[in-house]
Amino acid sequence: MAAFFRWLSGKFVVIAGLLTLAYLLLPNVVVTVFSFNKPKGRFNYAWQDFSLDAWKDPCGVADMCGSLSLSLQIAAWATIGATVLGTMIAFALVRYRFRARGAVSSLIFLPMAMPEVVMAASLLTLFLNMGAQLGFWTILIAHIMFCLSFVVTAVKARVMSMDPRLEQAAQDLYAGPVQTFVRVTLPIAAPGIAAGALLAFALSFDDFIITNFNAGSTVTFPMFVWGSAQRGTPVQINVIGTAMFLVAVVLVLGGMIVSKRRNKQSA
Amino acid sequence: MTTTLTDAPPTKEPDAPPRKARRRGRLVPYWLLLPGILWLVVFFALPLVYQASTSVQTGSLEDGFKVTWHFATYWDALSDYWPQFLRSVMYAGSATILCLLLGYPLAYLIAFRAGRWRNLILVLVIAPFFTSFLIRTLAWKTILADGGPVVGALNSLHVLDVTSWLGVTEGDRVLATPLAVICGLTYNFLPFMILPLYTSLERIDGRLHEAAGDLYARPSTTFRKVTFPLSMPGVVSGTLLTFIPAAGDYVNADLLGSTDTRMVGNVIQTQFLRILDYPTAAALSFILMAAILVMVTFYIRKSGTEDLV
Repeated sequence: MAAFFRWLSGKFVVIAGLLTLAYLLLPNVVVTVFSFNKPKGRFNYAWQDFSLDAWKDPCGVADMCGSLSLSLQIAAWATIGATVLGTMIAFALVRYRFRARGAVSSLIFLPMAMPEVVMAASLLTLFLNMGAQLGFWTILIAHIMFCLSFVVTAVKARVMSMDPRLEQAAQDLYAGPVQTFVRVTLPIAAPGIAAGALLAFALSFDDFIITNFNAGSTVTFPMFVWGSAQRGTPVQINVIGTAMFLVAVVLVLGGMIVSKRRNKQSA
Repeated sequence: MTTTLTDAPPTKEPDAPPRKARRRGRLVPYWLLLPGILWLVVFFALPLVYQASTSVQTGSLEDGFKVTWHFATYWDALSDYWPQFLRSVMYAGSATILCLLLGYPLAYLIAFRAGRWRNLILVLVIAPFFTSFLIRTLAWKTILADGGPVVGALNSLHVLDVTSWLGVTEGDRVLATPLAVICGLTYNFLPFMILPLYTSLERIDGRLHEAAGDLYARPSTTFRKVTFPLSMPGVVSGTLLTFIPAAGDYVNADLLGSTDTRMVGNVIQTQFLRILDYPTAAALSFILMAAILVMVTFYIRKSGTEDLV
């Protein structure tokens, strides 16, 4: 009897876990299936007919691909900005002692513990008070601001687990501080920096709430989707969603296979 | 917060002579911190000050707003919008509990039972992030559509009877009810629960389970006395990462709910971007921030994991 219960509780975890996984992936399945829909009317919520129209003409909707490329540009610049600034902060936090350390740590932590809508609204008050023109630059400023803390966290974790003796060894072998940093420190920290950069890109590209407040009349891709939820959802949105999903999964799985092969070779 | 800045600038000397090299070495951390911290001070901390000042201003859009220390705005905002505040806390709280109940088995599965499937499942947990969350939230409109298979199944299993008794659905609809909003919130923030849970579960030494078994603990006892307590850091950070963004969210309430499911985020958004009543919006946003900070501080104290940050 006990064995039966052990079997059941073991299976319970597997079944419940897989059900949760299904819950997480169901919307992606729906998005993919409905990218082949030929809806009647303006909204793509009910299944009508199979069609490849949207896939053949992904940019067939006015302004959508423009907003997509704007989002990619903002995400790229925000990633660069947040990664550079965040990596510098992470190194300072791990490697140096300085005054007001606690204040710096809480200033890094607070943006992650703050509801987006609060940051969005307060940043808009600042921009309105300064009379700033809302658009590309205000969005970029906001994105760098909220991505920064996540980069710091990701890089910090990696730098903290680094063996300081490697750098000491480089210096013992007469490498200067710059050489040590470029040839030893940076390559070891690279995975953390890459993880932080990826996170920043994803956060910036998909951000809606903060962008919605600080964009003025500029339309990013998430804002285009939001607007189309009010006016009518073109099938092309699902095409973009599906394509993004496939590209990302292929990249991640490819990266995993490459790193596995490399591990095997070095072992 | 600004102490770091006041520390750094007076001592910065870009052209310091070489004999001051040691002193310059001490300044390295400040130079590394300066640009990023300045960014956060100007675009994160300073806006909060501006918002605080806006919340006690009066005036109109045409004549401009002036600081008049009109604290009554806070009182008016609370008395007008307390249902939305209450709703935010209830929806975000329910979503957090559901995330924990749904996420824990999956995190446990990945950490202890997935074997060689571990990496694939982890990728699948993160993968939805690669599709814009707005598109995925809109997909719930299709899934929960009136008369659709999901609603039909819930109806024939009498789940909807229970939920309507609880007051989160009405009749045989799910869409445009609180249940749809909670379901959307749960879905959107589930990965933020699973990943910290997985990280803390994965760190548990497997030999502890064996030891518990050797001491004749049943699997359920092992879970209650060993696994769950050791995963507490993950539970705490997971619930925070779920509750905080969920409480401020307005996307799910807008796309999946109705006018009866408006949360405080919706009110702030409308006041700020449509009605342009900045003082009320600022006061609401300030109350939300204060409420969340108080709740989070209390929760972290209570759960005894203060080294979380």
